[in-house]
Amino acid sequence: MFELLLSLLIMSGIAALLALLLEIADSYLADYGERRIVVNEQKDMVVEGGKPLLFTLMEQGIFIPSACGGKGTCSYCKVQVHEGGGPVLPTETPYLSPEELKTDVRLSCQVKVKNDLKIEIPEELFLVKEYRVRVERMEDLTPAIRGLHLRVIEPEEGITFKAGQYVQLEVPKYKRTSGPEYRAYSISSDADRHDRLELVITRVPEGAVTTYVHEYLKEGEELRATGPYGKFYLRESDRDILLIATGSGMAPIKSILHQLANHGIQRKATFFFGARTKSDLYYVDQLEAWEKAIPEFRFIPVLSRLTEEDRWQGEKGRVTDLIGKHLPDNPAVDVYICGAPPMVESCVALLLKKGLPEERVFYDKFE
Amino acid sequence: MVQVDAGTLFFAAIFTNNILLTNFLGLCPFLAISREVRSGLGLGAAVVFVMTCTAVLNYLVYYYVLVPLNLVHFRFILFIVIIAAFVQLVEMTIERYFPALYYVLGIFLPLITVNCAILGASLFLIIREYTLVQSLAYGAGSGIGWMIAIIAVGAIREKVQKSAKLPRGLEGPALTLIITGVMALAFIAFSGMIQIQ
Repeated sequence: MFELLLSLLIMSGIAALLALLLEIADSYLADYGERRIVVNEQKDMVVEGGKPLLFTLMEQGIFIPSACGGKGTCSYCKVQVHEGGGPVLPTETPYLSPEELKTDVRLSCQVKVKNDLKIEIPEELFLVKEYRVRVERMEDLTPAIRGLHLRVIEPEEGITFKAGQYVQLEVPKYKRTSGPEYRAYSISSDADRHDRLELVITRVPEGAVTTYVHEYLKEGEELRATGPYGKFYLRESDRDILLIATGSGMAPIKSILHQLANHGIQRKATFFFGARTKSDLYYVDQLEAWEKAIPEFRFIPVLSRLTEEDRWQGEKGRVTDLIGKHLPDNPAVDVYICGAPPMVESCVALLLKKGLPEERVFYDKFE
Repeated sequence: MVQVDAGTLFFAAIFTNNILLTNFLGLCPFLAISREVRSGLGLGAAVVFVMTCTAVLNYLVYYYVLVPLNLVHFRFILFIVIIAAFVQLVEMTIERYFPALYYVLGIFLPLITVNCAILGASLFLIIREYTLVQSLAYGAGSGIGWMIAIIAVGAIREKVQKSAKLPRGLEGPALTLIITGVMALAFIAFSGMIQIQ
């Protein structure tokens, strides 16, 4: 017994020694001192070097969108690095097109700030802010989906976003993570209410943020969020609107519907929502209320896995097949699609085949 | 202890007992990075360096720490930890002081932290009871052997990609495994020449 303990102690000692050695090396070797970053030739900042550009910019209040949390897998965090970025890394090349390579586009989570940098980012990212939010209420919309009602407590003027855009929600370090983690979630609430944010979050097995939201988050807790991001929002036109979603993809669509209802927009709107079973449907009461309130709005749920007990009178099958059946060729509609990537991809392919021009199909893939 | 001098062992580790082609160790980075000679060269150089250093390091730790303390059964864990720590340290140093080298070789270092060929070499030299000098020769030789294998396959793949039109199912890892298999057959012909264990 004693021997066992002793050997464990010695092994832990050796491991601790190595860890200490690395820690010391890290503080000496990875110290790059102060570096200068010039953004869009107008903003000049002095930062602490050595960290990835994405995180350095975040500390400076510039929030580049990123869905994977800086792991180099989502490719959202592209910025142009004109000077000081060093050669393009093999971890970036799979995500960069030949044109992007020519115009100095890099993944900001992979570029480390080792030299003075000159970078260029889209102007609208300057509008992205950081918010302190408090969890007011949580509701389980389906067994796997949780709705989050957040109040924006800082800054005082709240958040201004376009219906359909998303925010990045940050959760603190907890048992499963080594630091704060953040992920992108679409806003499901009304864009006219600047003091509140509603998010719809599907539980992902092993997901760092979703697990926190589903298992650890408590009402009254404060979190941080940045945004708004994204080009998926309601565009003005007088064409009919076709809305398609699955799962938590309903979130931005709900925000768009708030806009239609609030502003009395007289466009014919049809919303197809695909789900597996009856228990995967949510916000049904609200949607039925809108069917009465908005003059030409129809909500069509589509279920793919039916049982006898469901007594389902509505549409059956896959949402893509249904749209293929119902939609005429060259339809005069704007389409907004949101949900799982395979569904979005097959819908987009189908719509283009039907003769819809690409610029009238808007989509957001939830990876 | 095996009666074979360090020079012969060095030669044997490269050619007749190539760690990749006869033991089939270190295959994952080998399959992933062997698309072209240039990156194969970078990864190969990283393997040579790390394998040589960790063979010596692990030899010292084994005979001067684990054996006296009667903890030899922990060698798997400790070897892995030492290899990982060493690779981290080297990566940090190169990144800081030799940026040019970092872009050629350094970015591959994290890939080989858990390369089984590296651990394999360290374990073989314990099992075969090599001396310190033999271990050094064996580590360096195995590393160079691994590098030669990846460069050869990289060169063949480059040629094949340029000249041959492959069926889709044969592209990438499939073809690499076939090429490696044929090469291994050729190398196995040498296997009886030198007794190293």
